[in-house]
Amino acid sequence: MVEAVMRPQATARTARKRTGLHKAMQRKSTIAFIMALPLILLIAVMVLYPAGYSLHLATLNKSMERFVGLNNFTFLFKRETFWLVVWQSCIFAVTAVVFKALIGFIVAHFVHNIPTKGQRKWRGMLLVPWVIPPAMSCLAWLWLFDPSYSAFNYIIALFGGDPIPWTGNTYWARFSVILVNIWIGAPFFMIMYLAALKSVPDQLYEAAAIDGANWWQRIWFVTLPMMRNIIAITALFSLIVTFANFDIVRVLTFGGPIDTTHVFATWAFRIGIEGGDIPLGACVSLFMVPILMFAAVFILRDINRRGNEA
Amino acid sequence: MTSAAITAGKAGTGRKLNSMSRDRAWALRWSYFFLILFALFFLTPPIYMLITSLKSSAEISAATNPWWVYAPTLSNYKELLGSSQYQIFFRNSALVSIFVVTLTMLISVPAAFALSRMKFWGSATLATGVFLTYLIPETLLFLPLFKMFVTFTELTGIELINRWWVLLLVYPTLTVPFCTWIMIGYFASIPKELDEAALIDGAGWFQTLTRIFIPVALPGLIAATIFAFTVSWAQFLYPLAFTTSTDQLVLPVGIITTLIKGDVFNWGQIMTGALLGAAPPLIIYAFLMDYYIAGLTAGATKG
Repeated sequence: MVEAVMRPQATARTARKRTGLHKAMQRKSTIAFIMALPLILLIAVMVLYPAGYSLHLATLNKSMERFVGLNNFTFLFKRETFWLVVWQSCIFAVTAVVFKALIGFIVAHFVHNIPTKGQRKWRGMLLVPWVIPPAMSCLAWLWLFDPSYSAFNYIIALFGGDPIPWTGNTYWARFSVILVNIWIGAPFFMIMYLAALKSVPDQLYEAAAIDGANWWQRIWFVTLPMMRNIIAITALFSLIVTFANFDIVRVLTFGGPIDTTHVFATWAFRIGIEGGDIPLGACVSLFMVPILMFAAVFILRDINRRGNEA
Repeated sequence: MTSAAITAGKAGTGRKLNSMSRDRAWALRWSYFFLILFALFFLTPPIYMLITSLKSSAEISAATNPWWVYAPTLSNYKELLGSSQYQIFFRNSALVSIFVVTLTMLISVPAAFALSRMKFWGSATLATGVFLTYLIPETLLFLPLFKMFVTFTELTGIELINRWWVLLLVYPTLTVPFCTWIMIGYFASIPKELDEAALIDGAGWFQTLTRIFIPVALPGLIAATIFAFTVSWAQFLYPLAFTTSTDQLVLPVGIITTLIKGDVFNWGQIMTGALLGAAPPLIIYAFLMDYYIAGLTAGATKG
């Protein structure tokens, strides 16, 4: 529109006017660049530089004076705890994301099923775990899991069961950490899936009903294909966040019992900040990069594809 | 549509319609049943926080029914709100959050405007880059940042570690990329004719942004503000790594590091602190739920 208005003037006048227009175009991009400059600086100085710097840090010795090459990495490979952390991080992230997605999907369906005017209230209640700062809600879980005063064990005892060592035993501690993560993350999936469910046209279900599809076939052949994109992108997002999670393990188990519930983030914190060995800690956190890149590539592909459609 | 097709059918379909509505009623009952179960699961921890916060430490250590308060008392709240330490935590948290929200908006709104409307060399790449930075977790950056701050202190003599305001430098890395991303989405949905009309009327780029884009995209702006606030209020790793002395701590870290002392757990106070720490985001959520949810879903559905 602007070009259409301006062009007749520019061509009617002399070349001097055209260079004026050219200058204006230049100025527009200059203004735009200046407007985006704080963002560029922030990303360059506080994100890209430290990210590259951590690669450099990982090749230094503990006092950060000498270059030691890949010694930090080979040192980690020889430690049993490191492999435990790799294993625990993967179990933690994959199990938690699968269950978050499943529970989110199921709850979204139930909310979608009830009359529209009640949905807002239920949705509001079910999102509360996502709103509470994770460090604070983990304190509540820590107290629910308390070895001697556990409120869950009180209920179990009422039914005559044995008390469960929620955070005291390796397997139960892993279970507890994953449970809390599911509790925090499932509401987010629920909200995303609910938004996706609302965007599936009713006519498709009506057509399926006329064709005699039962509820299972309706989900499998109508709902899931229509939601495929949002399911994938939410799961990948959550995979990144869960894999890099710090708060839950830190507050709930402190990595214990005997380092068996440490994930990359908490172990890197233990080594780097509390142990004072920043290079080794940076080295540990760098092991998160491959899985992050894997998820990021898929997310980016999806976003580019949708960008092209629009 | 279907009901029209069914009622137009023979008499036999009347029975089918009846059974369909009966199925529907049962589906509804089951939905409510499971929703109540899930709500119970999702709301147990916050409710338990409230229950415990109303108990005296004598009642907690007496190990009576943990799910019931026999002698409700507000002493935990009085003690905590009256302690100067807690007031400092709260002040630090509030200052950090307010400054970070302001900074975030000042950086991300003009940037989003430039990226969505004023194309320049590399602007498309930058938009994708902004999104990618959102995917870089803070757990990858806290160690190099820590070392950077230490080096900065050695070079200039300005102390950065163990100062609450250092968080003003690092929190925007968590909030700005996402806020820019959702603002790009909101700005892109504004019809081009609107800003072209403003340009023809003689408005500059700055006026177009403040007079047209910000008012029209206000819901998005509110959603982004809420996001920035909740993220900076809830952040735990950065303050834990960068601040240590009790007068520099923010609320979540302060509650966890000062109330949990060795083996002595004063659970009544810890739960009160946790509840008060969770209160500001919860209150904002209660009043602005629709904006909150719009912001959540915008990240993945817009763009």
